[in-house]
Amino acid sequence: MESLLEFPSMDRQDLRDLKKAIDGGFRDFSREFGEMLENFFEPLLRFLVWFEKLLIATPWPVIILVIAGLAWLGSRSRTVVIGSVLSFLAIGYFGMWQDTMSTLAIISVATLLCIAVGIPLGILMARSDRMQTAITPVLDIMQTIPAFVYLIPVVMLLGIGKVPGLIAVCIYAIPPIVRLTNLGIRLVEKEALEAADAFGADYRQKLFGVQIPLALPNIFAGVNQTIMMALSMVVIASMIGVAGLGVPVLRSISNQYLALGLMNGLAIVALAIIFDRVSQRFGQRLQRHREGVDHG
Amino acid sequence: MAETKISIEKLYKIFGPRPQSVLAAVQQGMSKQQLLEEHNHVLGLKDINIEVSAREISVIMGLSGSGKSTLIRHINRLIEPTSGRIMVNGRDVLALSREELIEVRRHSISMVFQRFGLHVHKTVAENAAYGLAIQGMSIGQAKEQSRQWLDRVGLSGFENHYPSQLSGGMQQRVGLARALATDAEILLMDEPFSALDPLIRTDMQQVLLGLQEELHKTIVFITHDLDEALRLGDSIAILRDGALIQQGNPQDIILHPADDYIFDFVKDINRGRVIEAQSVMTPGAGVDGPNVAHDLVLDEALQVVSAAPSGEASVVDAEGNAIGSVSLKQIIDAMARPAEDGDQEARYR
Repeated sequence: MESLLEFPSMDRQDLRDLKKAIDGGFRDFSREFGEMLENFFEPLLRFLVWFEKLLIATPWPVIILVIAGLAWLGSRSRTVVIGSVLSFLAIGYFGMWQDTMSTLAIISVATLLCIAVGIPLGILMARSDRMQTAITPVLDIMQTIPAFVYLIPVVMLLGIGKVPGLIAVCIYAIPPIVRLTNLGIRLVEKEALEAADAFGADYRQKLFGVQIPLALPNIFAGVNQTIMMALSMVVIASMIGVAGLGVPVLRSISNQYLALGLMNGLAIVALAIIFDRVSQRFGQRLQRHREGVDHG
Repeated sequence: MAETKISIEKLYKIFGPRPQSVLAAVQQGMSKQQLLEEHNHVLGLKDINIEVSAREISVIMGLSGSGKSTLIRHINRLIEPTSGRIMVNGRDVLALSREELIEVRRHSISMVFQRFGLHVHKTVAENAAYGLAIQGMSIGQAKEQSRQWLDRVGLSGFENHYPSQLSGGMQQRVGLARALATDAEILLMDEPFSALDPLIRTDMQQVLLGLQEELHKTIVFITHDLDEALRLGDSIAILRDGALIQQGNPQDIILHPADDYIFDFVKDINRGRVIEAQSVMTPGAGVDGPNVAHDLVLDEALQVVSAAPSGEASVVDAEGNAIGSVSLKQIIDAMARPAEDGDQEARYR
C-alpha cells in the first residue's frame, strides 16, 4: 500500500539536474542571442521612446484636442467626446498626466504591433484547418499561463526595460485579435464566397474583396479586446521597468497607499472605457450595410 | 439539331473520404443505399450524359437531393467530378489549369444563385459591377458598364442601396444584372427564383424570357418546379437520386413520361398550356373549317375549334400549308388528366 500513497516521482537529484540543464541551456542561449535580439528590437524601442517623449512634450491642450478629435472620428458621438475630454482633464488635475501619457504610448504601440502580427496570423489560421489546429493551443497557452512565468525568459533575454514590457503585453493581448480574425473569416457566408469563385476571383480578390470586409465587425471586436487586455497588463509590465500608471499602483501595493492606488487604477479604467467606446462605435459604423429594412 | 455548347459525358460524383476507391463498384451498378451503408460514401451523380444546345434554355429539374445543384456546379467546376468529361465550347473543363479556369469563369460562364450570393457590404451598383471588377476593370468603369444591366432588370435609382434594403425579388434582379454584365455566353442559374413569392417568381420568369428573346444566351436553369420548367425550358432533363431519367422537350415529357415518377410529376399539369396542336392532330390533308397554327397550344386551339360549326380545324405549318386536322374530341382528350391506373401501353412510349 505504501507505493500507492507515495507518487512514484522522479528522483530528486535527477529532477534538480533536469531543471539545471534547462536553466543552463537557456542562459547559454540568451548569452549567445540576447544581444542579437536586442538589436533586432532596437527600432521598436526607438519608436516607443520617441512616441512617449512626443506625447509628454506636447502641450496638454493640444493632446486633449487630438483626443477629442480622434474620439469624434471614431464614434461620431458627442457623449463619448465629452466623456473623454472630462476624463483627461480629471487625470491632469489629479497629477497623473505624465504617467498617463507613458501608458498611452505603450498601449498604442502594443496595439499596433498586435494588429500588424495578429491579423495576418488570423488570416493564415482561417486558410487551413491544420493551421488552426496548430495555432489554437499556442493561443490558449498565451492567454492562460501566468504572466510572471513568461516574464522570466523575456527578462533573461532582454533584461529590464520597455521592450521586454512591450513583448509581455503583446503576448497577453494578441490572442483575441488572432482568434476573432480567424473566426470572422470562417463565418463569412458560403454563398458570398461561392459567388466570388463563380465569377473567377483569385485568392487575393476573395480575401480583400469579400472575406476581410465581411469579417470586419469580428476583427474589430478583436481589436477592442486586444486594447482592453493590453491595458490590464500595464501594472505587471511596470514590474519590469515600463513607466506609466502601473508604477504608482505597484508602489501603493507595497506601501499601502490606498488613495494613490485608487486614483491611478481609476485612470486606467477611464482609458479603457474611452478606448472601448470609441472602437466599438467605430466597429458599428463599419456595418452600415446591415441597417437595411428586412422585407422578409 | 442546334449547336452543342456544353456536353457532359459519363459524369460521376461520389461524396466521401475516398471516392475513387468505390468508383468502380458504383460504375458496375452499386445502389445508393448500399454505397452509403457499406462504404459510407454518398452518391451524388450517376452516369450523367447531357448535351446543352447553344442559345437555348435547358432546364434541369429534380426534387431536393436529386443532385441538380451538384450537377450545375460541375459546369464551371465549383465542384470537381469523381469521373467523367465536361466539354464547354469544345474545351475540356477538367483539363484547364487553375489560371485557365479563372479566365473561363471571368469571361465565358456566369452564374445566378438560389440565395442570391450578393455581397452585403457592397452597394447594388458595386454588386452588379463585381464580375467586371474581378476581370481587372476599374470600379468606376465597371459600374458605368453594368449600369445598363441594372436598368434592364428594372433597378434604376437603387444603385446606392445595400442589398439588405431590397426585397428578395429585387435582390435577385441584382444577381441577374451581375451575371449579365460580364457578357458571358453561358449563364448558369441555380434555382434562381425558388426563394421568391409565387407572384414575384412569375414576374422574374417574364423578365428572363424577355431578356433571352434578345440575348440568346446558353442558359442552364435548375428548378424543382415543373410549371417553371415547362414555362421556361426549350428542353428539360429530369434528375432523380443523382441519375438522369428523362430528357426531352416539354411536350415530350408530358405526353410520354418515362416512368411512374415522372408521370406523378406531370399529371397535375395544365396540359392545355404546353401541348401543341401538331402533337395531337391527325396528319394528312386539311378539313373544312378554320386554321390553327401547328405550334398553337391546345388552350388556344380549343377556342378556335369550339367556335367552328364543324368542330374541326386544319393544322397549318409556318407557311400556311395544311399538314393535318384536329377535332374537338382530340383536343379535349389530350387536355384531360390521364387516368391514374390507365393502360400502361397508352401512357408510356
